[in-house]
Amino acid sequence: MPNKTFFWFFLPTGLAMILFIGLPIISTGIQSFYAQHDQVVKEVKKCDPFGCTVSIVVDQEKTSKIREEKPLGKFNGFGTYVDRNHLAIEEIGKFWNETNSFGEFVDQVTNLPFYKALIFTLTYCLFVTPNVLLLGFIIALSLNAVTRRIRGPLIFGTILPMIVTPLVGSLVLFWMIDAEGIIGANLQMLMDDPYLSLKSSKTLTWITIIIYGIWHHSPFAFVVFYAALQTVPQEPVEAAIIDGASRWQRVRHIVLPHIYPVVTFVALISLMDNFRVFEPIIGFSAEGSAQSLSWLIYDNLVNEEVILFGSAAATSMMTIVGIAILLAPVLIRTWKEFRTAR
Amino acid sequence: MEYGLDKRSNALKIFNTTFIIVWLLVACFPFIWTFWGSFKVRADFFSRADWWYAITAFNTLIETGGKFTTDAYSQAWTEGEFWKASRNTVIVTFFVVTISLFLGTLGAYALSRSTRNYAFWILIAALIFRAMPHITLVSGYLFPFFQLQIWGILPTTIVVLVAINQPFTLWLLYSFFKTVPKELDESALIDGCSYFQAFRHIIMPVMWPGVITAGLFSLMLAYNDFTVTALLLNQENHTMVPKIQSYLGTNQHEGNLMWAVSAVVSATAPLFMLVMFFQRQVISGLTAGAVKG
Repeated sequence: MPNKTFFWFFLPTGLAMILFIGLPIISTGIQSFYAQHDQVVKEVKKCDPFGCTVSIVVDQEKTSKIREEKPLGKFNGFGTYVDRNHLAIEEIGKFWNETNSFGEFVDQVTNLPFYKALIFTLTYCLFVTPNVLLLGFIIALSLNAVTRRIRGPLIFGTILPMIVTPLVGSLVLFWMIDAEGIIGANLQMLMDDPYLSLKSSKTLTWITIIIYGIWHHSPFAFVVFYAALQTVPQEPVEAAIIDGASRWQRVRHIVLPHIYPVVTFVALISLMDNFRVFEPIIGFSAEGSAQSLSWLIYDNLVNEEVILFGSAAATSMMTIVGIAILLAPVLIRTWKEFRTAR
Repeated sequence: MEYGLDKRSNALKIFNTTFIIVWLLVACFPFIWTFWGSFKVRADFFSRADWWYAITAFNTLIETGGKFTTDAYSQAWTEGEFWKASRNTVIVTFFVVTISLFLGTLGAYALSRSTRNYAFWILIAALIFRAMPHITLVSGYLFPFFQLQIWGILPTTIVVLVAINQPFTLWLLYSFFKTVPKELDESALIDGCSYFQAFRHIIMPVMWPGVITAGLFSLMLAYNDFTVTALLLNQENHTMVPKIQSYLGTNQHEGNLMWAVSAVVSATAPLFMLVMFFQRQVISGLTAGAVKG
């Protein structure tokens, strides 16, 4: 296709992506270097029969004027990146000097908002992604062994958790797990602890969200693996059976190598999706004990008094860096393949 | 897969059946339970005393005189203004699907027929864009949208969702157009058609299977979106998913939690029906590009 024709065909979609994905990333980058204005204060002298007092109050007029003039805020450079709510360089240095043991130091650092969220996000990715691959693969294998006639409805049932939006999915589970719901109430009875609630402990909340993540993402892995299983060639499988290979050996040495490229694809997609975990935290109302990077950004953007654009943007930029690190191996591999293909 | 040689032991068969039944229960029961509970009053579905009430409908019987009640639905749809939210969802979904398919087919067709290097790089860029968490993009939108005073209205959200949706649509339709033989449109070009005419008369009649799949995914994205709609729309224009969340926030109202339950059922039901009808397309879409490795 000539360049000119390509240009006209691609222009609309290219424009949409540049304007609403490319530019926003740049806009986020710029915003991250600015911080909201401080309030302008003035001294007010107040005199009454007992004497005069000087008090400091916010000068509303001047504050709103300066906000209107420079809506982006004041230039802050990398200030937002290193402040207490983000990388907290200063605080970490202080903790390093003040704490006695390494454990205590780690404890202090992981209590800082950004590191807390980072650790939750990584833990979530680390536990959900492998389990999704495993569960999806097992479901695909077992469904593949079922009579063809009833597979349709079974597949429909299997993919339900995936097609609902995460907020709805997590709410539906939350209502059951909650102390007043069916599972929660039965757990209380089983453990003989009337105050047991999945919300009350941090560990239990994390486990719940991770289980939700596996529940929500496994169907995707299942669908892809299931389709891949249909393409496994029959001859080597039959040859292996004749040679006396056990079922496990067949899966290990014939099926798995065949679908290996698909496994990496699913792992990559589900890693990308898990890294942006956010809605389940709202669905499970777990803000207290589990915060993710995306949730931090959301929290800044729905801040009641003044929207913390700078802070949200700084967290966003660091999230994008995180995504870039996750994607790097794939991109490098594609680049190498592309070069050898030429 | 029926292997002629492959005999399964009974133990394996039993294990397999049990596993599938357990998994289906895990996957589907939450939805069945919520559907069931949405016809009860709050004191039954969220019972402090005994969860069994949700089945026997103890309080529902006392409060409404029947074992099932549709109060939660009627209140959420009228008083809770869920009708407005669902109307907004219909508008947003309709326009997002149409516009993204229009842009996506043109772009993906061009990508699939181009042999240049830049086509490869555009696809890689689309992959990177696909990986961006939506919330990071939203944090980039908010400030300029406030300044331009286009925040809170439906058209802005539609355009944003279309753009966010493009990378995936492009990849999906790209791999679909790759399966359409090049000779088809090349013969038309030789006969003197322009590329656009070839697209209009040769490609359009055969592209519908791919377009339906891509359309389903755009629909699911627009219908299910929370991040963009919650932050870019004002209260008045909220679509269904942020509306559900707003019912949760106002818990002091006795009825509101049940509003959320009935709203969840109302929002989920059409989606399930759709997937039931188009199951084949959804599955082929999820595996497009994956199976070829």
